Amino acid sequence: MLQRLRENKSAQGTLLATPTMLWMLALLIIPLLLTLVVSFGKRSPDGDVIYTFSLDNYIRLLGYSTDCENGQASCFNPLYLQILWRSVSLAFNTTILVIVLAYPLAYFIARAQPKRRNTFLFLVLIPLWTNFVIRVYAWMMLLRKEGAINIILGWVAGLFGLDFQPLEMLYTPGAVLVGMVYEFLPFMILPIFTSLEKIDGSLYEAAADLGANAIKTFLRVTLPLSMPGVVAGTILVFIPVMGTFIVSDILGGRQVILVGNLIQRQFLDARDPTFGSAASLILMIMTLIVTYFYTRKFGFGEEIVVA
Amino acid sequence: MASEFAVELRDVVKKFITPEGNELNAVDHVTMQIKNGEFFSMLGSSGCGKTTSLRMIAGFEWPTEGEVYIEGKPMGHTPPFQRKVNTVFQSYALFQHMTVFQNIAFGLEMEGADKNEIEKRVKRALEMVQLTGMERRKPKQLSGGQQQRVAVARALVKVPDVLLLDEPLGALDLKLRKEMQLELKALQQQLGITFVYVTHDQEEAMTMSDRIAVMSKGKVQQMGTPVEIYERPANRFVADFIGESNFLEGTIKSLSKEEAVVFVPQLNAELTGIPVSDGLVNGEEVTVSIRPEKVHISDKVLDVNSFTGRVTNTVYIGTDTHVFVDLMGKQIKVFEQNRISRLDPGSFYSIGQEVILVMWPDNVLVLKKG
Repeated sequence: MLQRLRENKSAQGTLLATPTMLWMLALLIIPLLLTLVVSFGKRSPDGDVIYTFSLDNYIRLLGYSTDCENGQASCFNPLYLQILWRSVSLAFNTTILVIVLAYPLAYFIARAQPKRRNTFLFLVLIPLWTNFVIRVYAWMMLLRKEGAINIILGWVAGLFGLDFQPLEMLYTPGAVLVGMVYEFLPFMILPIFTSLEKIDGSLYEAAADLGANAIKTFLRVTLPLSMPGVVAGTILVFIPVMGTFIVSDILGGRQVILVGNLIQRQFLDARDPTFGSAASLILMIMTLIVTYFYTRKFGFGEEIVVA
Repeated sequence: MASEFAVELRDVVKKFITPEGNELNAVDHVTMQIKNGEFFSMLGSSGCGKTTSLRMIAGFEWPTEGEVYIEGKPMGHTPPFQRKVNTVFQSYALFQHMTVFQNIAFGLEMEGADKNEIEKRVKRALEMVQLTGMERRKPKQLSGGQQQRVAVARALVKVPDVLLLDEPLGALDLKLRKEMQLELKALQQQLGITFVYVTHDQEEAMTMSDRIAVMSKGKVQQMGTPVEIYERPANRFVADFIGESNFLEGTIKSLSKEEAVVFVPQLNAELTGIPVSDGLVNGEEVTVSIRPEKVHISDKVLDVNSFTGRVTNTVYIGTDTHVFVDLMGKQIKVFEQNRISRLDPGSFYSIGQEVILVMWPDNVLVLKKG
């Protein structure tokens, strides 16, 4: 038996791959298939799943409903499409803003003296030691009506003798955007920093030597060579922002509902796993489509991992 | 050309702070004049200040004291992109995200040349370095030698007043390096552009240069043609660094206008008829130097500077045989060219054999101490 295995290369390969395959099967493929099966099911009045093949959940997601308020046979309600669109555009805006904020920071850190560089990187990483949810709550403390920002603004206004009405910042799309940007900033800074740091210093000298001033050097050399970091960071930020629900839940309240919130509520509040599963799959498909086109154009930024 | 000198360093000092916090003169009061159209090398081991000097010409560093002139104009703090010099970097520093064409075109685009002209000049530059047809490759798809050529083309396409080369052949294997040496030299002669070349390889410097500055500890030890530097080293450092030398300590015993007699206590003998330069005085302690290939092995004692010694070792290296001879406890190296093809071990010097070494007066150099 062992003798034969020694001679059979393909059997060896299969054997070696088996643990990974089992792992993937148990933790990825089976759950996905379950989600798929459930998404085609129906919810029984008492909240159980009736296994059948029904496209109702998907039709409902697209906005067509069979239970309309004024007794029509079918009607159109774009509520869920709006939620999907809001999620995509928020993920898009968050990613852009994170790039805009992270790039100069990463550039600054990469150009700092090696000793200070580690301190700065440490500072970037410190927030990650705190629980995600707690960090979002911290923003709630800052943004709410009686929060730190309003107190400071009120105090400044008082100095100038102005009348001050506390700003309504919490439970707005802006609050969710700020929270998202804050949460995901490190995931952009680190890959951009890595790609900037890897640029050989003599390239800057070569550019200057060939007649490029600082701006041209940045645009023609630094920026293109750091793009792998931006690409990797974009993937690291865009995908989780598409699916997360905690930030919008805490900072958006009932005002800013994203796909993530929709799914969470279907499972926990509405007790309709069939509709929740359908929404999950749609989220996944949308993310895959965006990521597919993005990576086809820009790659995965693998250059920063493989030198 | 505005000035006789393409590059001039006047009393240039560059101070660095070491990681330990000490001040270090990487370049220590260096003055050199590099003529237009000259192939000039700075030669020295690492840390001698040659690369720092080059970087000050390029504008990557600014002198702490003194001034760098290019074509007669003081450079002050002129940034690199405003100097009419271009550099070939040791690491080549090619832009990996650009093709060969884009790399070479980069400098022309920065000048604002129009598209047709860029295309024409890049094409010509590629012909010059024999890389026609490689336009669309990325640097990673080229061999080391080809990358090196791209780096040269990228710098030369701008037609600089001076081309600076920082150990450009260091990463190539020996054979390719020798080829490139000759090619670079030919290119320089054909274009008439001043080349300033930094290397630690004396053979490379000798092969290519019109003039060489031998540097050590931030100072220029000697500046001259390869022949001058080899045949008339200015001091013991140069005599030792360029090629090999036998050194003997001695005292000047008598001195005329042209020649001297030096007493060498180690040999308990006098070397007579040695040609001298100015500035020596009678009784001065000096170092006497003679190149190993200039020591003659004779079968009989001659009437000048002949010494009897014993062979302690021989090393056969193909072109030469190195014979080590013990002269009263002092080891003298002798290089004998193998001008006749032979296999018989008996025809070579054997260990313990007695030989007579002759140091012809014209082959002996007197070097001042200190």
